[in-house]
Amino acid sequence: MIYLDHNATTPLCPQVLEAMAPYLSGHWGNPSSPYRFGSEARAAVEGARGRVAGCLGCKPSEVVFTASGTESDNLAVRGVSRASRLRGNHIVTTAIEHHAVLNTCKALEAEGYRVTCLPASPAGVVEISGLAASLTPETVLVTVMHANNETGVIQPVEEIARMLKGRGIVFHVDAVQTAGKLPCRLAELGADLVSLSGHKLYGPKGAAALYVREGTALCPIITGGAHELGLRAGTENVAGIVGLSTALELAAASSQEEGRRLQGLRDRLESMVREKIPKVKFNGAAVARVPNTSSLSFESVDGESIVLALDLKGICVSTGSACSTGEPEPSHVLLAMGLTAREAQGTVRISLGRDTRADDVDATVEALAEIVERLRSISSA
Amino acid sequence: MTRPSADGGKAGRPAYSGPVIYYNQTVIEHFTRPRHVGELTPGETDGFGLVGDPSCGDQMKLWICVRSGRIAKIAFKSFGCPGAIATSSMLTVLAQGKSIEAAKNITDDDVIEALGGIPERKKHCSLLGVRALKAAITDWESMQVGPGKERP
Repeated sequence: MIYLDHNATTPLCPQVLEAMAPYLSGHWGNPSSPYRFGSEARAAVEGARGRVAGCLGCKPSEVVFTASGTESDNLAVRGVSRASRLRGNHIVTTAIEHHAVLNTCKALEAEGYRVTCLPASPAGVVEISGLAASLTPETVLVTVMHANNETGVIQPVEEIARMLKGRGIVFHVDAVQTAGKLPCRLAELGADLVSLSGHKLYGPKGAAALYVREGTALCPIITGGAHELGLRAGTENVAGIVGLSTALELAAASSQEEGRRLQGLRDRLESMVREKIPKVKFNGAAVARVPNTSSLSFESVDGESIVLALDLKGICVSTGSACSTGEPEPSHVLLAMGLTAREAQGTVRISLGRDTRADDVDATVEALAEIVERLRSISSA
Repeated sequence: MTRPSADGGKAGRPAYSGPVIYYNQTVIEHFTRPRHVGELTPGETDGFGLVGDPSCGDQMKLWICVRSGRIAKIAFKSFGCPGAIATSSMLTVLAQGKSIEAAKNITDDDVIEALGGIPERKKHCSLLGVRALKAAITDWESMQVGPGKERP
């Protein structure tokens, strides 16, 4: 199998599994228990918190563990909205956010919040020219992703952070697609809240984190015990948290070198596609992207048909994002970039990863060329 | 999936045991090797149908050649998902050789049954072929001089 869908999920790194193993068997105590057996689990969780803080460039007390990137986004968006309800009810987001943010904003809209959605340029970058004008005294939250999951396009979050500085507006960045991929310390982007997820960076599923800058007003969305600084109740997923911290450390240590390698492979992929397949649109290719992602729109062909035909050859890629598969609607991200519904329907996302080698890329392009030609020969479009 | 590095990882890969998907083998077979794909020549074409599914952007073109009140030849082209391609292919198999009256009675359920079922969320795709066939038959009928008469 050739797996080229690393923006959906990644394999668990063997070293991460090794670090997790003791907490799945011997050390199964509850971190909140008062006896020494519980303290061992507590030490593991707090050690992990320190490692994550070290990677992000923040204090351990600014790291909250959650169960998914989606939960981190929910805690950020709902948590800020609730905490600031008396101050205002306006949220600013973008047209290209992940559904974890977008649908959470929609849910808040139904509860009476006002939501402004910043548009995106044809290149896939959020247009921030209208941001300043959209801010009102009622604005409590701005939420913008660090890089888009479908195109890989990097968003101007540092510039937005500078624009928001000193205005008393909380800034959340969904960094699920950049954590461990871009060589930067995420707490230093200038945001107040940053989401990241373990399974996107060779860690386990079910473990994620939210960076919460000291002093940021946030309400928990899962209530119960006083876990996670009172921001996320529930017995900690000790093994998962240990796995997340180990995976983040490993990814951060190699992000520069691995990024260069992946960019080389991605460039190889795109230049081979350009050479072998006519009528292809390279979404987001004109601007800075995370190095592993390629979004390709094939004229007159349906993306799901390409995905199935590649699957039959043992190659895993995706249409749009993993979450969108199963929905007949074309990708909101691609539509926001001005693609037609039909162009969006003909789009395939290829996301490379740690295991990807040049011959995987070559085999994939060869298979793609053959499949696209066959599907075009039967296409009525 | 995690490859040992010594041999480039080839030996460490699990054996590929076919796609884990929601389409059955018959559907996949019709997707991979669709029947009656192509176009009829203008001379052969007695009826033509073009239909689209606005909900997903799928589109289908279908040509029929009618001889002695039967569908003597049928051809289609389809822009769409695997479900759309497979159901279109199966529809042409069901319609080929049938009398116009029998062809008119083909339903999307007949197509789905012949394929051994398709995923629930894909059922709307199967309507495309049936609608295209009906459109082609209507086109043919509109060109008839009188009821039951074929063009010379």
